[in-house]
Amino acid sequence: MEKILLSLLSLGGMGFLFGAVLAFASKRFAVEKDPRAEAIREVLPGANCGACGYPGCDGFAEAVASGRAPVDGCTVGGSPVAVRVGSIMGVEVKQKERVIAHVLCQGDCHNAVNKYQYKGIQDCVAASMLAGGPKGCSYGCLGLGTCVKVCPFDAIHISDGSIAVVDRDKCTGCGKCVEACPKNLIELIPESNLVQVLCISKDPGKQVRENCKVGCIGCRLCLKACQFEAIDFVDNLARIRYDKCVNCMVCAEKCPTGAIYAHFAKRKVAFIHENKCIGCTACKKVCKFEAIEGEPEQKHRVLPDRCTGCGQCVERCPVNAISLNVREH
Amino acid sequence: MEYVGRIFVILISSILINNFVMSRFLGICPFLGVSKRVETAIGMGAAVTFVMAMTSLITYIVQYAILEPLGLKYLQTIIFILVIASLVQFVEMVVQKASPTLYQALGVYLPLITTNCAVLGVAIINIDEKYDLIQALFNGVGAALGFTLAIVLFAGIRERLELSDIPKPLKGFPIALITAGLMSVAFLGFQGLIK
Ligand code: SF4
Ligand code: SF4
Repeated sequence: MEKILLSLLSLGGMGFLFGAVLAFASKRFAVEKDPRAEAIREVLPGANCGACGYPGCDGFAEAVASGRAPVDGCTVGGSPVAVRVGSIMGVEVKQKERVIAHVLCQGDCHNAVNKYQYKGIQDCVAASMLAGGPKGCSYGCLGLGTCVKVCPFDAIHISDGSIAVVDRDKCTGCGKCVEACPKNLIELIPESNLVQVLCISKDPGKQVRENCKVGCIGCRLCLKACQFEAIDFVDNLARIRYDKCVNCMVCAEKCPTGAIYAHFAKRKVAFIHENKCIGCTACKKVCKFEAIEGEPEQKHRVLPDRCTGCGQCVERCPVNAISLNVREH
Repeated sequence: MEYVGRIFVILISSILINNFVMSRFLGICPFLGVSKRVETAIGMGAAVTFVMAMTSLITYIVQYAILEPLGLKYLQTIIFILVIASLVQFVEMVVQKASPTLYQALGVYLPLITTNCAVLGVAIINIDEKYDLIQALFNGVGAALGFTLAIVLFAGIRERLELSDIPKPLKGFPIALITAGLMSVAFLGFQGLIK
């Protein structure tokens, strides 16, 4: 009898004690949960891709509610989600530009040489552990598709069996491939930018040439060609400054190896609306390509063959008589 | 000196020879569940280490201050479970308040430990082996380090397995179980380390 009583008492007593301690602790150490976090969680896409830098959508929602993350941090949701999150948090959302992943290499099997034949695990991470991978160029794309495997949106593929290519329409800019690529070859670039240096090799020009037909050899012709100071040279390698580039694509035309890629199909051309032009010559003065002809006081005209679509004249024209159109081919 | 030597033996034995996962087969569920990435494995290991050390201390006190004097040794298991469950809860609350960063880092692993049989195991072994308080503490920490070692190694292997070309029927869990078995055999090789 006494034994039963004792065990009852001690077990019950301890349960009670621990319960009391926990109850006290939960009061004492209470952390307020933000109701906004739950509301935000509701409007997120729920892809749990982690592209925002937080562990899943829950983590991101909490971070936004506590002000640690920006309301437009969800790349998958894009601006529609950002607007809804913004309205929960009571802030105005500026439309953020879409970014698209680019694989900064064009060294496929036709353009680049291999230094050995790789027969191991079909994965870039594994291959890159073997002397940096089979590519002659130690910076190049290995084409074994580690990025393809991680892309949740089926937006990246190995073309020609040797190099990764991004599908611009499907890419959400989540950046998973950027993290996965062992060669750090993938970069998120603003959608509006149509010119990219598709090479990250820091090797000297001669070596680049031996390894790859389309690598940047550091000749600096693009630097000289660019009228807008939009090209930087770091470590013998050209880089586009996306904030300054106006998509005139002159550098891509000048590049002797084709390492600079431009979406020529989207190249613009200026057009002067004659009925609006007052002949002030402002456009003619600002054009860096001598692509505008016309005398003062007379209607001006754009020479489409010379115009690069840089858009400087559009900005300068005092009566808005110039517009940029996509070129017809 | 003798005492320090004994503690050293306890540590080595709980880390390598009587490794909780590899030769005592305790704590298998987190071992298999949380070992896909080395990073998370380390997080889990850290959380377990902390809880095991605390548990070793408190269960020791409960055993010799309450259970033994009252002759209630048969209540050991249930009371230890009670202790561990409340302890984990308590620790979780305190950590959440005191250090949100640590709380973030430990994440879901903290509550998971409540159901980790390795923690209960270490508490009971401490009593069975008749360790004193300090030895119990070292045994707890050693066991946790052994657990961490095993789970981190295993996670490293699994990260590599992900990349390998594995026959379809074996892909995923089967190959993980086989690997765990082989690792265990390897760990059993430590058996002769201390006579
Ligand atoms: S871009 Fe990187 S991850 Fe993708 S195939 Fe090339 S080397 Fe592999
Ligand atoms: S496209 Fe035009 S502005 Fe942009 S880098 Fe080339 S030359 Fe410069």
